[in-house]
Amino acid sequence: MAFDSKDTAAFKDVWVFCEQRDGEIMSISHQLLSEGRKLADDLGANLCGVLLGSGLAEEDIKSLGGYGADKVYNIDHELLKVYTTDGYTKAICDIVEDKKPEIVLFGATTLGRDLAPRCAARLHTGLTADCTHLDVDVEKYKAFLKTTSTIDVDNTEFEENTNLKMTRPAFGGHLMATIICPRFRPQMSTVRPGVMQTQAFDEAQAAKVEIENYAVELTADDIHVDVQAVEKTAKKLVDLIGADVIVSVGRGISKDPEKGIAIAQELADALGGVVGSSRACVDAGYISQDHQVGQTGKTVHPKIYIALGISGAIQHKAGMQDSECIIAVNKNEDAPIFEVASYGIVGDLFSVGPMLTESVKAILANK
Amino acid sequence: MKAIVCVKQVPDTSGVVAVKADGTMDRAAMATITNHDDLAAVEAALELKDQTDCKVIVVSMGPPPAEGMLRELLAMGVDETYLVSAREFGGSDTYATSQIIAAAVNKIGVDADDVVFCGRQAIDGDTAQVGPQIAEKLGLPQVTYAAEITDNGDSLTIKRLLEDGHMMIKVNKPCLITCVKELNDPRYMHVARIQDCYEMPLTIFDYEALKNEPLIDPDTIGLLGSPTNVYKSFSPPPKGEAVMLEGSDRATVDKLTGILADKHLI
Repeated sequence: MAFDSKDTAAFKDVWVFCEQRDGEIMSISHQLLSEGRKLADDLGANLCGVLLGSGLAEEDIKSLGGYGADKVYNIDHELLKVYTTDGYTKAICDIVEDKKPEIVLFGATTLGRDLAPRCAARLHTGLTADCTHLDVDVEKYKAFLKTTSTIDVDNTEFEENTNLKMTRPAFGGHLMATIICPRFRPQMSTVRPGVMQTQAFDEAQAAKVEIENYAVELTADDIHVDVQAVEKTAKKLVDLIGADVIVSVGRGISKDPEKGIAIAQELADALGGVVGSSRACVDAGYISQDHQVGQTGKTVHPKIYIALGISGAIQHKAGMQDSECIIAVNKNEDAPIFEVASYGIVGDLFSVGPMLTESVKAILANK
Repeated sequence: MKAIVCVKQVPDTSGVVAVKADGTMDRAAMATITNHDDLAAVEAALELKDQTDCKVIVVSMGPPPAEGMLRELLAMGVDETYLVSAREFGGSDTYATSQIIAAAVNKIGVDADDVVFCGRQAIDGDTAQVGPQIAEKLGLPQVTYAAEITDNGDSLTIKRLLEDGHMMIKVNKPCLITCVKELNDPRYMHVARIQDCYEMPLTIFDYEALKNEPLIDPDTIGLLGSPTNVYKSFSPPPKGEAVMLEGSDRATVDKLTGILADKHLI
């Protein structure tokens, strides 16, 4: 039957595009499967992983079951070994048109953000970028709004349906918006790495996951680019997502960015942590992009998050507000960062920062 | 050969943000700037013009005041500009927007040796979707996140950024490239062109001009036709649970680290 994205009733199941690079499945795939599992359970649908590559190990393919997949569509083709927009778009769109999933989730990686929009345009459906929360069940969505919004949920009308409700920071990060795609299928969204929590690996599920090897027709003529090299940077990137302690700097360091970053680094070193940053400092060129925390940077949940001179735009808060303990130091007592902080000090980071380092060192020396 | 650049005038989201009743941004009420990544795309096109003497055309979709931005781009060295502007186009999501811009670019015409440039993403929506979607509608190969561009005549070689490195990709023309702001430093306007830019070509594409274009589907443009809609928009509640510590001296700091130690956080 011909594919018609408006025939919404013909679509079922929740799919996750499982990204691999160099044959290694990326952790974002596990995060999306864990989230997709909840959506599939609420819909009474299957959760399927879609894996594109060449010669992937069976153990790796099965591992997707351990993170929640009922089924894996394994699309093995020599031309899918290295990512190309053309090859991956054709493979994804062909299988989507054939199997008609209701929801497709992609990681908002530099490749996912290249692939997902191209697929959505070809499939004639909507796509919502960089979602921070997903719901299909209205009651669960209402419960989410009760804790995260100022909406008077009990006195607001909500249409009862199982449309995917995709929530993301909007308007440059000043508000949150929930987006729906009611008239077209599949409903597609991208999610940033680190936003969704990975469930515990379930070995029994991995053992019994169904694998369907799916053949796509793909020839070299379908691919209009030539990937001549893939190179990893020699520079060691900061591991924000794995860090227990993050000391982040914001616009407050502007009067002496080098000194501000040095102060943050010393405090991070004392606590065994790493240095993060707001978008403002990255945009101003004070610090490299891999340090950026927030909607367009990384989403983190460390044990301690120290915000030095960060005002706290929603865009930044979206990336760090689930940290266990948030400490904010800002000269402006009205800075929005204090709204999410556990502890606040109104003061200058250039004096408070070094004192914090000394104080931490003193405590650790006495342990 | 020509370079066609898609540019967006964006609200300066570091300033005051205004929202309309339907949940979309009230752009008219906010200060505007040229999107940073798009300026890098304009500069990339102008560098191609420096090397090959190709024509540079800018296309922008937005309300009539975007004309001011287009005049500035003409003063930088752009040859022709098109403003895609109509009430019917308002409230478009990325799918609808890319369809309209692709129709405008297609009307201008993409020849076999042309390059279409876009910014990677706009600072108001941050979606990075419109560039790839224009490429799809035009049937062009795309390379996104371009941080270096080399022209080989009938092809381009692009250094395409990844999270932890880069790819070197060769792509034949015609193609669409999305640029990151690290690609270059946009040039200033030429003094002589600032005086002349109001005489330079600026064409308006309104609804009438585009409605019969083959790439336009009147059912999927504008606020009502867009596949995605805003269901709810909301502000996070003030948490108000921060323990604000008195003062900002060493005693204050010691009190804080003491609390952290008591909670076994350090």
